[in-house]
Order: sequence, then structure tokens, then C-alpha cells
Amino acid sequence: MERLPYLKLALASIALGTIVSILMMQYDWMGDAASTAAGPIDTLMDVSIIISSFVFAIVCVALGYALVKWRVKPGDEGDGLPIHGNTKLEIVWTLIPTVIVLFLAGYSWVVLNDIEKEDPNALTVNVYSQQFAWTFGYPENGNKWSEGVLHVPVDRQIDFRMNAQDVIHSFWVPEWRIKKDNVPGITTDALITPDKVGTYQLICTELCGAGHATMRAQVVVQTQEEFDRWVKGLESEVPEDLLLTADQAIELERQIQEAEQGIDGSGVDETSAENVDQS
Amino acid sequence: MAVALRQPGWYRGALGALLGAAFGFGLVVALRAISGLDIFQTEQTGYPHVVVPLITTPFGFLFGFGAFDYWFRWAAGKPTIPDDHANHGATRWQDYFKFNTDHKVIGIQYVVTTLIFFLIGGALALLIRAELAQPGTQVVDPNVYNGLFSTHAVVMIFLFIIPMFAGLANYVLPLMIGAPDMAFPRLNALSFWMLPIAGIIFLSSFLAPGGAFDAGWTGYAPLSTGAPLGQSFFNIGVQFAGASSIATALNFLVTIITMRAPGMNLWRMPLLVWANLATSLLVVGATPFVAGAQFMVLFDRVLGMNFFQFLEGGDVLSYQHIFWFYSHPAVYIMILPGFGIVSEIISTHARKPVFGYRLMALALIGIVVLSYSVWAHHMFVAGMFDWLRVPIMITTLLIAVPTGIKIFSWLGTLFYGKIHTYSTAMLFSLGFIVTFTVGGISGVMLGMVPLDIHVSDTYFIVAHIHFVLFGGSVFTIFAGIYHWFPKMTGRMYDEKLGRVHFWGTMVGTWGTFIPQHWIGLDGMPRRVADYANIYGDWNLVISVFAFILGFVQLVFFYNMIVSWRFGPKAGNNPWRANSIEWQVSSPPPVFNFDEIPRVVGGPYEFGTPGARHAIMGGEDEPELPGPKPTKVAEPA
Repeated sequence: MERLPYLKLALASIALGTIVSILMMQYDWMGDAASTAAGPIDTLMDVSIIISSFVFAIVCVALGYALVKWRVKPGDEGDGLPIHGNTKLEIVWTLIPTVIVLFLAGYSWVVLNDIEKEDPNALTVNVYSQQFAWTFGYPENGNKWSEGVLHVPVDRQIDFRMNAQDVIHSFWVPEWRIKKDNVPGITTDALITPDKVGTYQLICTELCGAGHATMRAQVVVQTQEEFDRWVKGLESEVPEDLLLTADQAIELERQIQEAEQGIDGSGVDETSAENVDQS
Repeated sequence: MAVALRQPGWYRGALGALLGAAFGFGLVVALRAISGLDIFQTEQTGYPHVVVPLITTPFGFLFGFGAFDYWFRWAAGKPTIPDDHANHGATRWQDYFKFNTDHKVIGIQYVVTTLIFFLIGGALALLIRAELAQPGTQVVDPNVYNGLFSTHAVVMIFLFIIPMFAGLANYVLPLMIGAPDMAFPRLNALSFWMLPIAGIIFLSSFLAPGGAFDAGWTGYAPLSTGAPLGQSFFNIGVQFAGASSIATALNFLVTIITMRAPGMNLWRMPLLVWANLATSLLVVGATPFVAGAQFMVLFDRVLGMNFFQFLEGGDVLSYQHIFWFYSHPAVYIMILPGFGIVSEIISTHARKPVFGYRLMALALIGIVVLSYSVWAHHMFVAGMFDWLRVPIMITTLLIAVPTGIKIFSWLGTLFYGKIHTYSTAMLFSLGFIVTFTVGGISGVMLGMVPLDIHVSDTYFIVAHIHFVLFGGSVFTIFAGIYHWFPKMTGRMYDEKLGRVHFWGTMVGTWGTFIPQHWIGLDGMPRRVADYANIYGDWNLVISVFAFILGFVQLVFFYNMIVSWRFGPKAGNNPWRANSIEWQVSSPPPVFNFDEIPRVVGGPYEFGTPGARHAIMGGEDEPELPGPKPTKVAEPA
């Protein structure tokens, strides 16, 4: 059995991995960035792209080398060498990937803690989603509300508190890199610190029905002064039924149903069966 | 006619279906009358007059078709009709349309049926790509579009990939382990016949008022609980496809555990057998969860229960937990059998033992164990408890380790081999290694929570699932079909057309799914009929490649159909493989073996002079210790 040219194979893998990494780094995959979370997330992406490039290069070099070197000559009916394995090699290719993925997991954990750090000075904004529109409430500004347009101040952490009225929707501004589902019955949150003034688009990313593709809202990031002026100019307040907690909404729904069905809660009305049918 | 209606078969099956429909409809009418409800009023989403017959009609058909005759006689204490094997084996094409109990016939029934569903699912995909070729709405309106991608996914997952693997294993596995058939041949036939039923239910949802189910193949509540009638077709179709899957998995488990030929201990099982053992463990454990989730949605819809309706006190997120507790293991159900197929093919065509055979088998079991602990990585942004994210991220990333072991071991198998690349099966196996590596890499990225937060529900996900399901599972399916085609049909396919198919599929796959990563990272969400103009160019490119990919598949179908009829005779062992299925004739005799073979060595003993995997009955007995092979009773 001739020895494998380990050095050559390693060098070829490193060369190919480097070329692929350099090519991959030429393009800004994630597009524009406009929040403090974007930096760490994009760096994490770059690191994983580079590691992936080398993994991919190793597979390609090994496959290419084997095909060039051991492709059978025409007419050769013989068998390959009866090698059943190599315990040392198998331990190596179990341990090294384990180390790599544990490194990536640890690094991701650090990034996750970093982007979810709470700021006591955060501004709370309520997000209300329904088929197929977004509305926003500003509880720190007299519960003023804005339909279809989200304004937030720049360089201040926003604590988005999200509620869905009908089905699940998902809140995503690609430039902010953060996404969170809006789930009926519970309030979900996301902490985002926009760091670039500009106009962006809020996209619904959870399938929510026929209008899903068009469920968008405009996002305006502006200075604190401009934001204050804008929020003062808002006229209407958040409708009361949107302010109900989930438990209150469930209780209200129960009362409505009871009223419709004529059930007083203690006994069953004789006519209830038909009424259920009509409801 | 009267005789035909008493005999199991299509006439009695049609009658049974009619009676089943009438029974279901009558049951609803009677129950409504008894409870004092309007007999014919239909609730907005409930439609019990449709939903209940949708369940009873298939059962009526199966009774009529003869699926339960033997069991009923047995259960009723009547003398069972001595099995004359009339329903076993195929001598004419009509035998493939019977309730046939021969695992080889059932295998071919599965493969052909699922390939038809592959065509249908592919046509749906091309409709999707036609709509997405340009921004705006041109081909279908958004409602129809939502139905298209939902049925595309459901057909491909439940009616093509999962049952195709069951079909290939059905044919090959009993031969491979030296068994005369599966452990439960009647259950096996029942499993198959539930599959076209599921298919008809899924596809007929296009005829339902409100259109086909359109909440995605994931059918998230509460979108699904409030959806039009078509969603109930999904809920019920999944029950039949799922029951089919579970029964087959049980059958494989019992077959593998109890019916191996003498001498075949665990470490002499071919890796395809290991892979199906692993897959079956996943199916019996996980598939009941998807069935349960869909029953809960159905009950919410039809019976007014409140599992997932938050205004009634239901819990929306619990649907996703139950659904993904099946549906993540399901992606391994869709790839592990492929791992087995690729191991067989690479070893045979490199003329070398599989590198690290035992670690390969243990990696499969490792994937099974880990895959039960990663479901919530589909829910990193779903609003579930935050603390669950990091543990799930770690298990998710760790699953890359056994998968990596498999990739490296296949590469190790090639080293110092004598690699034959003339076979299309080998080309697809090698292509699989490269494409699947890309899918695995994007999978690791998706497992990392901060990256997942950005890319979940974007085209990056679409790219990833298609790289692992098309570049992974479907490549291995093609490899498996090409590899065992000579065994199944006794004829050779055309390698030239095979190469056209391989290279066209390779180019089509990369051209279609690589750019989807890019537009996903850049901000294009998935499941949208319309999108921002900046993604127009890439979507046009994707659509062009998708159509190339689609039309190249016609070469495959042409090759298969023509070769089956006119191909040159293949001989028993065209690949000079070692495993037992290649030591019998092509196609094998009705009961597989005159004498059960005796296994005397590992399955991949290439390159060791004189080493044998199995000694077939009727061969001159070499001097070997151990008991004589047992003789199987001749069929009457």
C-alpha cells in the first residue's frame, strides 16, 4: 500500500479552501445593516462561511483525488485493497468536527447573549399584527398608535412587544437581522437597537393567508427629536380591545359566547343545541 | 357480476367504497338528527358531511378490496382459507393491481406509484416557478399559489420520498437478509394500498370549495384550524400516509430482527439494513406525533374542540412542538435509507469494503438518538421559552458529527479502491456526497441561533431543504433505482441516457437551489407569490434552471420505461456485488430462495481472496463449521 501524500492533500485543501473563502468574502451576503445586532451576526456568518469553505474544500479535494488516482483502468476486473477502516483516522474525524461544532455553538451563544442584552433605557413599542396589516402602539407616549408605519428613534434600544390578533405573523426587518413571531394568545418580545437613520421595510415572514406576500409596513428610523415630534402628531389611541391581555380576551370571548347562547354558566339551555349551530 | 362482487377485488372494492361513503354520510345525518341539529347545515369550516365519508370511504374500499378478509375470518373463529398463494407474485401485469402479498410486487407497486406522485409534485413545482419567474402575479392568484406549494411539499414528502424508500427497501431488504418475504405480508400489502388512498385524498382537495389546503405542509394552527374545507383533506390524508408508514416500519423491524438468514449477526448486516432499522425506529416513535397533531387540528375544525384556538383557551405554540417532534425526525426518515443505499453502491463500485463499517452503523443509531432532541430548532423565533434555544442548538450542531462521519467514511471507501464510474447509480452517489455536503453546511448555519433568527422563513430555508431533500434524498433515490433496476426488471437501463439524466440533474439542482441561498440572506421571505423587484433577475435564473431540472427528469422516465420493456438482459449480478440479493436470479424467484442462504462473513468482503458473504442453497458445501442451512418447505 503506497503512502498517501498527506502534505500535498492538506496543501491542496488549504489552497482550495482559501480560494473559496476569498471568493465568498467578496460579496456582502446579508445586505445593508442597520442595527447593533447586525455586526456580531454578520461576523458570525463570515466565520461560519470560512469554516464551511474549508470543510467543503476537504470533501472536494478528497473526492477529486480519489477519482483521479483510483479510477479503474479499462478491463481491470480486480478489487481494491481490503481495508476495513483505521481506528485512529476515525477518531480524528469524529473529534475534529465535534470541536468545530462546539466552538460554533459557544460562539453563537456569546453572540446571542450580546444581541439580547437589555438596556434599562429601552423604549417599549407594541406591535399588533392581523391579516394583513401591521399597527404599532406607543405606550410611553399615551398609547398613541400608528397604522402601517413604524417610527423609532435611532441609537436607542426598542423593546418590541408583539401581539397577533388572528393567526401567527412574524416581524422581520432584514436590515435589523432580528425576527420574531407574533403569536395569538401570548406576547412575544424582541430587543432591537437601530443604529442607522433611514427607511426600511417590515416584512411578515410567517405564512398567514392569501395576503401574506403583501403584508408589509414602512419602517422609519429617525433622530430622537424627529421621533418625538412625529409621535406627538399622532392623533388616535390604541383601540381598547387591542390592549386586552390574552386572559382578558379569552374571558371576553367567553362572555360573548354565553350571551349568544343564552347559557348562564350553571345550566344548559334547552335551545342551546340549535344556537350552537347558528353561531 | 354477482360472483365478482363476492370475490375480493376491484368490483367489490368499488362497492365497498360506495357503502363506506353512504355509511359515513348516514352516520353524520343520523347523529345530527339525534342531537337535534339541522340535518344538512354545514358549519363554515366543519363540513362533517364531507369529512366523515372521507374517512369511511377508504375503509370501505379496503374491506371490499380484500385487505381484511383473512384477518376477519381469523378473528371470527372461522376456518381461514388455506393460503393458495394466488395473491403472491406476479406473472401478468394485472397482478400488480391486486392485493398482492409478495414483497417484490409490493416493492414495485411502491416505486411506480411514488414515481407518479413525483411527476405530479414536480409539475406543481414548475407551476410555482412559473409564477415566481417574475415579480407580480401572472400565472396564479395568491390563494391558489398557497395551495400549490402546500400540496407540492406534501406530495413530495408523504407520497414520494418517504414511501419511495419504503418501496426500495421492501424489494431489496428481505432478499438482502436472506428472508423469503417480509414478516407480515398482508400488513405489507395493506400499507401499500393506503398510499394511493392518501394521494387521492391530498390531490382531491383541489376540488374542495375554497381550494386545496394552503397553510403550508406544516399546517400551523391557528391558520389551519380556521382554513377552508381543503385543510381537512390534509388532516385525513396524513392519517393514511402515516398509518402506512408506521405499519411498514413495524414490518421492517420485525423482519430485520427475526428473519435474518442463519449466520447474519448484527455486524454482518449490510448498511442498507442498518439504515432501515434506524429509520424504522424513528418512524414508529415519531410518526404518531404528526398523526396526533393533525387529529387535534381536525377536532378543532369539525368538533369545535379547543386544542389550538387561543380565544377558547387553546395553546397555539403546542401545535408546533407536537408537529416538529415528528417532523424533525422525519427529515432523517427521509435521508437515513439514502445513506444505506449510497453505502451499498459506493462499496460495490469502488470494489472495496465500506470504510469504518461499525462506526457507520453506530453513526446511524447516533443520528436516531440525537434527532429526537432537536425538534425545537424550527422554533427559535416562534416565541417559545428562551432557555430551550441553546441546548437545542448544541444537540442540533452535534448531529453534524455522525453525519460527517458518514461523508468521510464514503470518501475513505474510495481511497485505494478500483472506482468504476460507468454506472449512473455510482454517479448519483458521488454527486450526492458533494451536494449533500452543501446541504449539511447550511444546516449547521441554521442550527446557530443568531443566524437562524435572521434567515428562518426566508429563501435560505428553501435552499437548505431542497439541497438536503433533492440533492440528498432524491439523488440517493435515483442511485437506488438505477442500482437495483436490473434486479427488479431483469434488464439493463441505458447508461448513456443515465449520464444525461445525472449531469442535467446536477446542473439543474445547483442552478436552481444555490441562488436561493443568496436571495434568502438578502431578505426574500419564503411562501410568497409576489416579491420585491430587486429579486426579479435571480428568480428568473432560478426558474430557468428549475425547468431544465424538471424536463431532464423526462429522460429518466423514458429510460426506465423503454429499458423495462426492451433493455438487454441484465444477468444475475451485473455489478459483481456481494450481498445476497445479487446471488439469485433477476428478477428473483417468487419465494426468493429454494434454500435459505447461510451467511458466513461480512457484506463487503471485496479484495480478500476466497472471502464470502453468503453460501447459497444448492451450492457445493465448502468445509465450514456450523449447522446445515435449514430447508424451507416447498410452496403448495
